[in-house]
Amino acid sequence: MLHIECPWCGPRDQSEFSYGGEAHIVRPTDPDALSDEQWADYLFMRANPKGKHREQWCHSAGCRRWFNVVRDTVSYEIVAVYRVGETPPEVDDAD
Amino acid sequence: MTQSRRTKYSIFSLARNAFSHHENWQVVWRSPPPQKSYDVIVVGGGGHGLATAYYLAKEHGISNVAVLEKGWIGGGNTGRNTTIVRSNYLWDEAALLYEKSMQLWEGLSQDLNYNVMFSQRGVYNLGHSLQDMRDIARRVNANRLNGIDGELLSGTQVKERIPIINIACRYPVLGASFQARGGVARHDAVAWGFARAADARGVDIIQNCEVTGIRREGDKVTGVETERGFIAAPKIAVVTAGHSSVLAEMAGLRLPIESHPLQALVSEPLKPVLDTVVMSNAVHGYVSQSDKGELVIGSGIDSFTGYGQRGSFSIIEDNLAAIVELFPIFSRVRMLRQWGGIVDTCPDACPIVAKTSVRGLYFNCGWGTGGFKATPGSGWVFAHTVARDEPHALNAAFDIERFVSGALIDEHGAAGVAH
Repeated sequence: MLHIECPWCGPRDQSEFSYGGEAHIVRPTDPDALSDEQWADYLFMRANPKGKHREQWCHSAGCRRWFNVVRDTVSYEIVAVYRVGETPPEVDDAD
Repeated sequence: MTQSRRTKYSIFSLARNAFSHHENWQVVWRSPPPQKSYDVIVVGGGGHGLATAYYLAKEHGISNVAVLEKGWIGGGNTGRNTTIVRSNYLWDEAALLYEKSMQLWEGLSQDLNYNVMFSQRGVYNLGHSLQDMRDIARRVNANRLNGIDGELLSGTQVKERIPIINIACRYPVLGASFQARGGVARHDAVAWGFARAADARGVDIIQNCEVTGIRREGDKVTGVETERGFIAAPKIAVVTAGHSSVLAEMAGLRLPIESHPLQALVSEPLKPVLDTVVMSNAVHGYVSQSDKGELVIGSGIDSFTGYGQRGSFSIIEDNLAAIVELFPIFSRVRMLRQWGGIVDTCPDACPIVAKTSVRGLYFNCGWGTGGFKATPGSGWVFAHTVARDEPHALNAAFDIERFVSGALIDEHGAAGVAH
């Protein structure tokens, strides 16, 4: 069970949040220019790292705002929390 | 080494070994040091990997094969699932693939000379709403058109057959599909049986040998880096379930896979109380009773990705609430153990069993939450794909290109939740 610190509401139980998958996937600015391979990459292909993962969470049973989290996918430790639009904090992917 | 050099398990070998107090049984499989090179390296010694190696040797005469396992045989998802076997999938492509597997299950103990305790005690998939029942009727009809057995039952019929079930619960049981040929198998026996039978045909099973890199020369593979040094092979078959993305990254590929923790739990042993398998997608629970008497209960995946082999307690809480509502008689049963495995989920809830853009590199992954039932069939079609360098008709649709072409096989209805 995770203990997640919402950037607006503070630390709350995981059950108040919903998971939004990999963060920083940029929506194509000119979709018509994309090949099928590029579309497939945008829609389906994911980093799925074993280690530090930058991901989106929504405080859906709270303030209902989206934010980003850096979480270790092995220890499940939350390394950093930052708001949408903020620069991702520097974390060592190797730890 | 041929099959004949293995002692055949039988009532006679059992009696013979009783005279020496069962101290002289032949080892079930060898543990040879890795050779410098092989014709095929299978990465991952789970059920699917061992089945792949077995069918490579049996069906295609390729026995210079190594299975590299980072842990021990039966220690990964093969020993962590809820052992359910069925083939009642909706779409033709998936139904025929899982049905091939079902047919292999039906003769597997004889074929491997190893009792995998396959028990066709039937599988019920419950419906709790009118839409559930429409979907179930459609799936049963689709199954029967594909020659797969299925029955549509009303709520009253379900209650007659499973007297302990509570059909008048919060989300009432309106009916179910029933596949009589479905059931359970002893999951670690499946791993051990395939390992023994593959070993008997000359396959080297190498445990505690993690693959740390895939070596490429231009557009083709040349071998793998491991904890025990470089091992060369012109063909590398990756069957690493939850770690598929990690292996793909080593080869410079991207996969449409996300790894999630999936949990299961067993109760203290009880006297026989449930003689079949009951699954519900809508309220999210599935339960059967093992031969030891434990209730084997499957839970759901955590929404977040993870490699930690453990999940959130809230998932179990929701799961058990559903089980207790369906079976009030279980409300005071104590749970003995709970655990998690890492499942590799695909966007369309169907696997990838295919060649890749790298020559000699093959991936078998994306079985998600329901791979156990496919163990023999998955190995059978993957062995064909690796040996012939082209897919069998049964797995041709399960390539990686389907995510580019859009020809997805949407099995969320039959596969997405319960297994």
